[in-house]
Amino acid sequence: MSMPFYVSPEQVMKDRADYARKGIARGRSLVALECPAGVLIVADNPSRTLSKISEIYDRIAFAAVGKYNEFQMLRVAGVRHADMKGFSYSREDVSAKELANAYAQTLGQVFTHEMKPYEVELLVAEVGSPDDDHAEMYHVLYDGVVMDEQNYSVLGGQADQIIESLKEQYQPGMSLGDALKLGAKVLGSDGAPLTADQLEVALLDRSRPRRAFRRIKNDELTSLLG
Amino acid sequence: MSESSPLPLFASSVDPGPSFADVLRRLAPHQLPGAGMDKPSTNDIPHGTTVVAIRFAGGVIMAGDRRATSGYQIASRRIEKVFAADDLSGVAIAGAAGPAIEMVKLFQVQLEHYEKVQGETLSLDGKANQLGQLVRANLPAALQGFAVVPLFAGFDTARKRGRVFSYDVTGGRYEELDFQGQGSGTVHARNWIKAGWREGLSADEAISLAIASLFAAADEDIATGGPDLVRRIFPTVAVIDGDGYRALGDDDVEARSQILLQGAERGGHES
Repeated sequence: MSMPFYVSPEQVMKDRADYARKGIARGRSLVALECPAGVLIVADNPSRTLSKISEIYDRIAFAAVGKYNEFQMLRVAGVRHADMKGFSYSREDVSAKELANAYAQTLGQVFTHEMKPYEVELLVAEVGSPDDDHAEMYHVLYDGVVMDEQNYSVLGGQADQIIESLKEQYQPGMSLGDALKLGAKVLGSDGAPLTADQLEVALLDRSRPRRAFRRIKNDELTSLLG
Repeated sequence: MSESSPLPLFASSVDPGPSFADVLRRLAPHQLPGAGMDKPSTNDIPHGTTVVAIRFAGGVIMAGDRRATSGYQIASRRIEKVFAADDLSGVAIAGAAGPAIEMVKLFQVQLEHYEKVQGETLSLDGKANQLGQLVRANLPAALQGFAVVPLFAGFDTARKRGRVFSYDVTGGRYEELDFQGQGSGTVHARNWIKAGWREGLSADEAISLAIASLFAAADEDIATGGPDLVRRIFPTVAVIDGDGYRALGDDDVEARSQILLQGAERGGHES
């Protein structure tokens, strides 16, 4: 019987993290920006039909980068989790924090116990009701690390550069149009902002009474991009 | 399903797809409407009574009286029996009130769940079929006396018109051409609608017809509640057209009822 080679746990974890990071870095990035209108999510996504941003519950949105089939499965699990909870308890009892924790646990389990980690990064965002100005953004990494982020959140391979630009240019209280223009600009390369047909955009619209999530597309998107 | 994950993840062979009822069936079957109702039947649980749906030129009107009865007792004077199913459709219930309200709640989540998982809304026929499946799943409870028989109506965006569907306890689904009622006072309500309905009714005319038909039902059927002028309780009325589902405010329904109560619909005097 042959003995397997000894590999230290540090090395195993490092290899898995490198693997996941490489997978994520191959994909395109997305940014989420808080503004008075709500939480605006802007993704570099030329596809008309395969979404990276979607609705989870009344005030909660989901966005992801990385491997499509993996985050798609996690998205559907999140919708099921939220709808189960809302059905068993009450609609008010569904929260982004709890959902982000559930994602973190799942990703963490898979990262430590499975051969292959998920190659995804997730964002779970929530806005308050029309008369309440709170917003939450949870950024969940491939290994289950959760970060509670404010003002803006960036997911994807080019996150470091984009965060640098946002640090200089983000302003609290930005209008929806300004936030969208900023998102398109920081996602673009060499100072050329992304155009309407390269973007997928959605807003958790604080002013809507129940389901806050809406997509911004076609004419509205073009006119907001100015 | 993975045991260690707090999220409901399923192996692809047992994945419930976009159906929330199937997710519930896998994860918490005791929460399905009608689950565990296998005791002998009793008349002492609240029952909802008369609801109607009427097609008009631009969509459909749904309306229901506000009474629930347990045997010969009034269980509630203010029960709601007409609900939005989603933005473009509504559901009205008659039968055992508890399981019926549970069924409506499940149906609402079912439609929204499908929309979120699939990224598109069901067709009106698809929604009507889904409700039929929920009614059929309730059949064992129905045989024990907990029958739920809904009416479903909505605006069909593909055909640009309102449509009305009725059901039987086995989940049988029947599309009605112009109008339908459900519950104990239906015969009276439906006769009243039949006498007044014509193609091309306006929304206002159809609302008046619905309120008048419920009044006629309340006049003849002890389980149907009429307008309660003392407590100011009036029927629930909703309009569903291309702009969506909207419930009429109490003041609006009161004003419309007051006008009707002064007219021919008073029904004359009997000795």
